[in-house]
Amino acid sequence: MHDVSAHAAAHHGPPTSLIRRHIFSLDHKVIGKQYYGLALVAVLIGMVLSWLMRIHLGWTNAHIPGLHLLSPNGAPGDVMTPEYYLQLMTMHATFMVFFVLTTAPFAAFGNFFLPIHTGAEDMPFPHFNMMSFWTTFVAFCVMISSFFVGDGPTLGGWTQYAPLSAVGSVSGPGQGTGVILWALSIAIFCVGQLLGALNFIPNVLDLRCRGMSFWRLPMPTWAWFITSCMGLTAFSVLMPACIMLILDHVGGTSFFVPSNLVINDQMQPHSGGSTLLWQHLFWFFGHPEVYIAIVPGMGIVTHVLITNMRKPMLSHRVLVYCMAALAILSYMVYGHHMFVSGMNPVSALGFSFPTLLITIPSTIIVLIWIGSLYGARIRLNSASLFALGFVSLFITGGVSGFFLAQPSIQILLHATYFVVAHFHFTMAIAAIFGIFSGTYFWFPKMWGRMMNETLGKIHFWLTFVGVYSIFMPFHYLGLAGNVRRYQAFVVDYMQPLIGVHRFVTIAALLTGAVQFIFLFNLVYSRFRGPLAPDNPWQATSLEWSTSSPPPFDNFGGRQMVVYHDPYQYGIQSSMGDYVLQDSPEQVKSAHDEP
Amino acid sequence: MAKFFATTIVVIMVLSAIPIIRNTWHPLPNISAHGQAIDDEMWGTMIEAGISLLASQFILAWFIWKFSVPPASSAKLDKAPTLVIEAKSFPGGATGLVIAAIILVGMEVLALGIFGIKSWASMYFTQPGADALPVQVQAGQFAFYFRYAGPDGKFGPLHPDLISESNQNFFGLDPTHDQDAKDDLVTASMAIPVNREIRLLMHSKDVSHSFYVPALRIHQDFVPGLDLQLHFTATKIGKYEIVCSQLCGLGHYNMKAYLDVMSADDFDKWLKQQAALQ
Amino acid sequence: MNRNHKRTLVAVAAALGLASVAGLIAGNRVSAAGSGSITGTVKLSGSPPHMKGIDMSKDPYCVKQHENNPAKMENVVVGADGGLQNVVLYISEGLSGPEASATPSEEPVVDQHNCMYVPHVVAMDVNQKYKVTTTDQTTHNIHPLPAPGTGNIGWNKSQPAGAPPIETTWKAPEAISVKCNIHPWMHGWHVVVKGPYAISDASGTYTIKNLPPGSYTVTAWHEEYGTQTQKVTVAAGQPGKADFTFKAK
Repeated sequence: MHDVSAHAAAHHGPPTSLIRRHIFSLDHKVIGKQYYGLALVAVLIGMVLSWLMRIHLGWTNAHIPGLHLLSPNGAPGDVMTPEYYLQLMTMHATFMVFFVLTTAPFAAFGNFFLPIHTGAEDMPFPHFNMMSFWTTFVAFCVMISSFFVGDGPTLGGWTQYAPLSAVGSVSGPGQGTGVILWALSIAIFCVGQLLGALNFIPNVLDLRCRGMSFWRLPMPTWAWFITSCMGLTAFSVLMPACIMLILDHVGGTSFFVPSNLVINDQMQPHSGGSTLLWQHLFWFFGHPEVYIAIVPGMGIVTHVLITNMRKPMLSHRVLVYCMAALAILSYMVYGHHMFVSGMNPVSALGFSFPTLLITIPSTIIVLIWIGSLYGARIRLNSASLFALGFVSLFITGGVSGFFLAQPSIQILLHATYFVVAHFHFTMAIAAIFGIFSGTYFWFPKMWGRMMNETLGKIHFWLTFVGVYSIFMPFHYLGLAGNVRRYQAFVVDYMQPLIGVHRFVTIAALLTGAVQFIFLFNLVYSRFRGPLAPDNPWQATSLEWSTSSPPPFDNFGGRQMVVYHDPYQYGIQSSMGDYVLQDSPEQVKSAHDEP
Repeated sequence: MAKFFATTIVVIMVLSAIPIIRNTWHPLPNISAHGQAIDDEMWGTMIEAGISLLASQFILAWFIWKFSVPPASSAKLDKAPTLVIEAKSFPGGATGLVIAAIILVGMEVLALGIFGIKSWASMYFTQPGADALPVQVQAGQFAFYFRYAGPDGKFGPLHPDLISESNQNFFGLDPTHDQDAKDDLVTASMAIPVNREIRLLMHSKDVSHSFYVPALRIHQDFVPGLDLQLHFTATKIGKYEIVCSQLCGLGHYNMKAYLDVMSADDFDKWLKQQAALQ
Repeated sequence: MNRNHKRTLVAVAAALGLASVAGLIAGNRVSAAGSGSITGTVKLSGSPPHMKGIDMSKDPYCVKQHENNPAKMENVVVGADGGLQNVVLYISEGLSGPEASATPSEEPVVDQHNCMYVPHVVAMDVNQKYKVTTTDQTTHNIHPLPAPGTGNIGWNKSQPAGAPPIETTWKAPEAISVKCNIHPWMHGWHVVVKGPYAISDASGTYTIKNLPPGSYTVTAWHEEYGTQTQKVTVAAGQPGKADFTFKAK
C-alpha cells in the first residue's frame, strides 16, 4: 500500500499569511473554491449573454435599454447589430464550455475532493496546482479583455472555423484582435487544465492511502481520473491548434487558409493551407471536451444518488468501465461533427458507427442508475432531486443523439436547433444539474454550513420545468429546419417559427431569474446557514470522516486507513445502515464486488 | 414530493410528445428523388428514439414514485433514524441490464447503421448521369451566385484576381479572353428543370459556407480551396429556399437564395431571359 | 424620434458655438477664403459603357423597392448631354495656409436607400465628419476597406433598420471603396481629399468654393477612368474655370 509520508511534496505547513491562505494558496481545497468562484462569475456572464441573445431572437431589433452602454459599437441606439449578436453568442459558448463546464465539475469539485477521496493530504504538486488556477484566471481575463479591445470579441462561434477565423478583420468585426485574444486565452486555458490533469492523475495513481485500492475509490474520483486522462490528450491538441491560428494572423503562415480567397473584393495574401485541418484538430479536442464536461457530472450524480438511495448501485465497476469506454470512444467519433463539412463521404460511415456504439455504454450507465433505484429508499433533498433531474435530462439529450449519429439524418438536422437542443441537454444543462447536485451535497463540507433546503427545492422545481421549456422546443425548431447561429429569421420558411422563439425567450428569462434563488441561497448559507455536522448525509466516503470544513491537511494529521468499499449502505453497523470507509468495524456486506 | 416529481416528468414527456405525434413542426415536404429514403430513416429513428425516451422516463418516474421515502427532518440530519432494509435488487442485476442494453441497443444501432448507409450511399457513392445539367454555385459573404455553362456547355475558367462584386463580376470571369466564358450565365437565384438530374459544382470564394435546401434534402458545406460536387433531381415544381448553415460572418442569417424548380419549357425561357440581362 | 431631435438640437448648438469661436479666432481671413471658386463641367466622350442591371432577388425587401425602377450599376453615370456624374474634383496643388488645414463643419451624408448607396460617391475633407444613415427596412453592413499603409483604418459595422447614423472621419486622403457584404451589389466610394472639393452633378457640372485667389492644380477623379489634372488661376472676384473630358474605354 502507498504511504503518504513518502511523498514530500504532499507535505507543507499550514499557511499563515493572508495571501498564502486565500489568494496564492497551495491548498487544493482553496484552489477548488477559487475554481468554483471563477465558474460562478463565468456562468453569470454566460447567462446574461444568453438573455440578451434570447431577447434579440424573440424580438429582433428590439430596444434593450442600456445596451449601448455595454457596447456603443455593438448596440448603437440600444439595437443589437448582427455582429454583436454573434459576438455575444461566441462568448456565451466560450465562457460556458471552457470556464464553467470544464472548471466547475472537474477543476472545482475535483480539486477539493479528489485528494480527500484518496486519503491524501494534498495534491502531489501543489505549486503546479496553484499555477493551474492562476493560469486559468489569466485566460479568463484575456477572454474578458476582448470585449474592450478593437471592434470587440470574435464572432466566429466557439468552434472558430477557419478561414473565417484565420484571415483577420477583413472577414468581420472581431475577427482580427478578437480572434487572436480568443486563441491566446484558450491556449493559456489549455496550459492551466494540463497542469490540473498532471496533478489529478498522479494523485490517483500514487497518493492513495493505506487500504485504498483502485476499486475502493469513490465514483466521482474515478470520473475525475478518467476526465484528466481525456484532458491530457484533448487540451494538448487544442493548444497547438490555437497557436497555429495565432500564427496565421501574426506570423504570416497559412495553416488554415487556402490560396485564392477573395474577401470584400480583395485577394487574400495566403496560400496552401487547409480549412479542414482546423476542423480535424478542433473536433479531436471538441468531442472529448463534451465528455470532459459530462463525465464528472456522472460521477457526482452517482455519488449523490447512492448516498440518498441508501444502497449501492447495481455495479460500480460496470459504471467505471462504461465511463472509460465513453472516454476512449470519444476520440473515434469526432468526425460526426463534420458529416456534411466536405470530408470524404466514406469517412462519414467510419465515424457514424462508433458514434452509434457510444449509445451502448451511455445506455448501460442510464439503466444502472434507473435499475438501482428499484428497491431503494430514496431521500428526496435538493442534491438528490438535481441528481435525478440529471438522469432525466441526460436521457432526453442522449436520445437525440440517435438522430445526429446518422449521416443521412444530419442532412436534415445538421446545424439546426436540433443540435443546439442535443448538446444543451447533455453537456450543458445535465452537466449544470450535476454541478447543482454537487453543490447542495458538498456545500456543508466545503464551507461548514448547511444550505437552505426549502430554497433548494424551489430552485429545483422551477429550474427543472424551466430547462425543459427552453430546450424541448429547440427540437421542434430543428425539425422544421431552423438554422442555428442566425440573429434574425428573414428566411421565409422560418418566419412561422417566431412564436416558438418567443416562448423560449420568456422561458429562458424566467429560468435565468430563478437562478438568483440559488445564488442567494449560496451567499446566505455561506454566512448564516446552520453549522454543518461532519457527516450530514450519513455518507461513507472519506470526505465525511473529517471535519466540515476539513483542516488544511484534510485529516488533522491522521494517517488514513481504508477498510471498506466506498459505498457500504443498507447494512447493519453501529452507525446505522452504513459504515464509513475508514471505520475498522467489521460488517457483513452483501455488496462487495469480486 | 416523489409523486409530484414523477407526475412532473410524465407530464413534461407527454406534452413534449404531442407536437411530434401531431406533426405540428415537421421538415419541409420532400421534393427530391433521393429524399424519401432519408425521411424513412428519420421517422424510423423517431419511433425508436421516441419509444426509448418515453419508456425510460416513465420507468424513472415510476421508480421515483415507488421507492422514495419522506425526507428526514433537516434539523438533525445526521441523526435521522436509518432503517436497515432488505435491499431488493433489480431483477437480473447489473449483468442482466448490461446484456439487455448490448442486445437491444446493439440491434438498434446495427439497424440504424445499415439503414443509414443505404440512403447515404445513394447520394454520395453514385455518379451523376452523363446528361445531368451542370450548375455551378459560388458562395461568398453573404450571397450565393449561380453559373450556367450556356449553349456551349462549357464553363469558362475562374480568375480570382478578377472577382469584383462592385462590377458584378462575381465569379472572376474574363469573357474578352476566354472563349468558354463568353456565354456563361451568372444569376442571383437558381432555376432548375423539374425531373432532370442536376450536377452541382460547389465553390467558395472566401470562407466556409453551406448549401442547405431542406425541401431538397441537400446539405453540404462549401470548403474553400476544395470544390465539391453533388447531384440530385428535383421532382416538384415550385419556389424553395437555399440557406447557409455554416457560420460565415455577420450576414450569415441573411445568406440565402431562391431555388425555382420549373418545367423544362419554362427553364429554357428563363435561360433566354437571363441571357438578355447579362 | 425624440432622442434624435434632441441630438440634432445639441449638434446645432455645438456647431453654432464652434463656428462663432472659429470666427473670432480666424477673423477676416475666413471671409477672404470664401471669395474665389472654380467651376466647370466634366464630360464623357464616346459611348458610355452598358451598366448591368442588378438582381437583388436574395433580399425580397430590396426587390420590392425596385419593382418599378429596376436597379442598375452606377459605376458610370452619364447625363443627357454627356455630363459625367460622380466625379470628385479637388485642389491637388497650390493650397497653403488655413485653407489647406481648415476642416469644413458641414457633414456629408451617405444614405442606404432601396439597397443602394445614395449618393454613389461621397467626398470629404481629411478629418471632416460625415454620416452614414439608413432608410431601409433591412439590415446593411458598411465595410470600407482602405489600402494598408495609408493611415486610414478600415471598419465594418452593421446598421439595422432604425439604428442611429454612423458618424466618422478619415485621417488621410484616399479613394476608399465601400461595400455592403449582406447585399454584395451595394458598392460606393468614400473619397477623402485634402482641402476644398466638389462632386460633379447629373449634368456634369461642379463648383469648388471657398478658394482664395491664386493658381491651383485641379484634379478630377473618377472610379472607372482615373484622374486628370488642370492648372487654373483664380483671380479676385472671378471664378476659375476647368472643364474635363474623360474618354470611354
